[in-house]
Amino acid sequence: MSEITPSQTVGPFFAYGLAPHSRCEWRPEQGKDVYDWKNTATADLVTADTSGTKIRIEGRVLDGDGMPINDAMLEIWQADAQGRYAHPADNRPRPNTRFMGFGRSATDKNGVFSFDTIKPGSVPGPNGKAQAPHIVFCIFSRGMLRQIYTRLYFPDEAANAGDPILTLVPPDRRGTLIASKETQGEMPVYRFDIRVQGDNETVFFEI
Amino acid sequence: MQEGDNDLTKQHKGEPLGERIIVHGHVYDEDKRPVPDTLVEIWQANACGRYVHNVDQHPAPLDPNFTGAGRAIADKNGYYRFITVKPGAYPWGNHHNAWRPNHIHFSVFGHSFLSRLVTQMYFPGDYLFPFDPIFNSVTEEKARERMVSKFDLENTIPDWALCFRFDIVLRGREATPQDTDKH
Repeated sequence: MSEITPSQTVGPFFAYGLAPHSRCEWRPEQGKDVYDWKNTATADLVTADTSGTKIRIEGRVLDGDGMPINDAMLEIWQADAQGRYAHPADNRPRPNTRFMGFGRSATDKNGVFSFDTIKPGSVPGPNGKAQAPHIVFCIFSRGMLRQIYTRLYFPDEAANAGDPILTLVPPDRRGTLIASKETQGEMPVYRFDIRVQGDNETVFFEI
Repeated sequence: MQEGDNDLTKQHKGEPLGERIIVHGHVYDEDKRPVPDTLVEIWQANACGRYVHNVDQHPAPLDPNFTGAGRAIADKNGYYRFITVKPGAYPWGNHHNAWRPNHIHFSVFGHSFLSRLVTQMYFPGDYLFPFDPIFNSVTEEKARERMVSKFDLENTIPDWALCFRFDIVLRGREATPQDTDKH
């Protein structure tokens, strides 16, 4: 039996530690003499050498009553536009060496989060079967013992029909994993609301 | 990341009040192999049990010399080290007379999103353990013990600071990353 350190809730006060320049307001009025803190992670994943289609992902985190959760944190992991991961286990050549494919956003008072990134390519999946382009979402929130995981899929991808993970999900619930597309000016915006419980709860994965 | 991010007592003009402590340890994978170069982030209340976060309305003083956030990159042996002050216990509105034991929040990455861990580090022998639903949300006693740091006399610095050791074991194994890629 392994000796894994147990998970504990992120609680309500993480914002100044994990996401200090974020949507969450945390700073007390008198906080003049503040440490010149540089973010370890941001909601903007796009680096100078990133190729591919720039997109924005925007959504809300909602509770069982459909009310916004204003102190959640989200982290995303994704491949680059060529479907390559910035991870030692992925040893294929990677043209976007600075693109880490990792981002972090807190929610604001309306439960809203957003990420600026590029649309990922399709990636190899279990048994060599291709997975449709997708982004892994990890949600941390007060009251949750451990983070929960879900995936964002894109509405304009024929490959969704054969995706080995998406097809594990009952057809009537797959919609919770598929973002809707809008445009703001030139920028494609994918809207992705996450319902942590209740009616139309987002599908979460046990991993 | 920048130099000094792992010393929470040096982020302002003066030193924070409270008991200066060293918190250090190793990050391991499930096979007890060190997890090198991984990001460890912490946040905590000040010595009076007050968070700098504006949602915290506990009537204990803020410390102008303490924010309570730090981070470190574990070295090639998975070793990390922080200098901070011991956080105070504080009340929270969960139930009548509810108090959180002294704790430091930890966020650790590891090899992939599968190993991602957010937890809380406690101090040995805390009298609030039996009453804290968050500590006891981990139902197995042996598992709860893994969230409790150990007093480390050997690394306590004479005339300067007590030391606590907190080793962290993440899910997953570096040697066989494919094995963890099941959903």
